[in-house]
Amino acid sequence: MDKTLRGKGAVIGIGELRPMRRRPDRTGIGLAAEVAIEAIADAGLLKEDVDGLITELALGEPAQLAEYLGIRPRWAHGVNMFGATGAIMLPLAVMAVSTGMANNVVCVINTPAGDVLPGMGAPNTYQANYEFPYGPGVAQNSNYAMIAQRHMFEFGTTQEQLAKIAVDQRFNAQANPLAAFYGTPLTLDDVMNSRMVSDPLKLLECVMPTTGAAAMVVTSADRAHSGPHPPVYLLGAGVSIEHGIPPAHAIKMVDTPVKHSARQAFQNAQLSPRDMNMLSLYDCYTITVAVSLEDAGFCKKGEVGDFAASTDFTYKGNLPLNTHGGQLSFGQSGLAGGFSHVIESVRQMMGRAGDRQVPKLDFCFVNG
Amino acid sequence: MADYTLPLPQPTILHQPMWDAFKQHKLVVQRCRACDMMFIFAREHCPRCWATDLEWYEVSGRGRLYTYTTVRQPAHPAFNELVPYVYAIVQLDEGPRLPSNLVNVPLDHVHVDMPLRVVWDDVTPEFTLPKFEPDPDGMARRLPHQTGAARIHASGVPAHTPAPA
Ligand SMILES: [Zn+2]
Repeated sequence: MDKTLRGKGAVIGIGELRPMRRRPDRTGIGLAAEVAIEAIADAGLLKEDVDGLITELALGEPAQLAEYLGIRPRWAHGVNMFGATGAIMLPLAVMAVSTGMANNVVCVINTPAGDVLPGMGAPNTYQANYEFPYGPGVAQNSNYAMIAQRHMFEFGTTQEQLAKIAVDQRFNAQANPLAAFYGTPLTLDDVMNSRMVSDPLKLLECVMPTTGAAAMVVTSADRAHSGPHPPVYLLGAGVSIEHGIPPAHAIKMVDTPVKHSARQAFQNAQLSPRDMNMLSLYDCYTITVAVSLEDAGFCKKGEVGDFAASTDFTYKGNLPLNTHGGQLSFGQSGLAGGFSHVIESVRQMMGRAGDRQVPKLDFCFVNG
Repeated sequence: MADYTLPLPQPTILHQPMWDAFKQHKLVVQRCRACDMMFIFAREHCPRCWATDLEWYEVSGRGRLYTYTTVRQPAHPAFNELVPYVYAIVQLDEGPRLPSNLVNVPLDHVHVDMPLRVVWDDVTPEFTLPKFEPDPDGMARRLPHQTGAARIHASGVPAHTPAPA
């Protein structure tokens, strides 16, 4: 089998603007959208055909342009390689289309235009004009609190049911000497009695910012057995963007794009949620875990309250979840926080999780 | 007014017409003349049909509380003296959703789905913020999804299309 990218992808359409000294009448994202639309048409494709997106990070994360264009990529990437950015996009896109991650990838690079504020680069104009004047809470507290509020309204989910997720994860952290909250057990009453930070979120349902780092090494299948540890293979993966970070734009605030990314990952792996022996789910807040459980298919939409209450998420339980403690108990070291779920999954799959080792571990589900 | 210390909007060319309308106490959203789509997140292109023939369209100023949180620890320290206050997402009767604050209502009277109407807060000579208060006439109004307005999606994103198999 040919493992190179040779012949496995091609450019089929282009869009380009004539460079101008200034474009005070336009916005940077508007220019990006214009060339994307032009290239898609040039390729003879329709909006619905576009399922992959690569942007240069000066634009903001790819989700901004995806939401702007009203497209829902199932594969996306933000790239900044300085002068090599445009060049690196081609092999990245071919990697995506040659592996089935996407069928048609649009690559876009732009500059800011008339939307640059004095003394600043390209601003996050969405937040400046729609959120900040009204005083949202610190970090993402308000956004996730409002998701929890809506989930409670639609499905009758209770605070105790969500709090129980934090309690099970803390139990796991008691078997992880690396966890920030190792040696500090937690009860349901502790969570319920912790102070309200953004109704209905309690303090102990929110991550604690920490300082840290993580890394991993990935190698090809033919080299995978040369190391001292059993290799952990990626069997399937999926990506989905439905909207930018502001949850006001979510189609339904209680839904997440996990429903699409998980479906593709399971499809690639030819496995189902029932086959998973443990889960590592992104947990900035308890509600994040709850809606991910629903959307990944571990329980039905709206039923996660009862599911969480009746499921043992500890490493000894029937569905081990965030066995390192999750970010809620391990700590959130910036973007390494979400990486901790990957690292723990690998550690468990290698059989190196010590006291919290999950027995009979064949398949693990990770999201971020 | 000179002592207003909370963060003010930072309009770009894209948002200036909206803030100009707010100053005149007109609640506007962007509307696509080609396909009727209405949306909040200001753009140069319609997110449904990609047309560039967009207008600022005045809506009724009535809606419902889609969801909310009571802020106790604000991101910006200038809000500290106002806590606790309600940060909300309002679903307009016309469909789009926007972040705002609830005013003129005790915290324990706030509940998801309550009818709301816009009320204007002239915070500086340049800026007026749309805020929302309980709408006593609101219970008689039909919900957006009962009027067909739901086809104009809150997010400004077209109806769901399944990911390719
Ligand atoms: Zn349109």
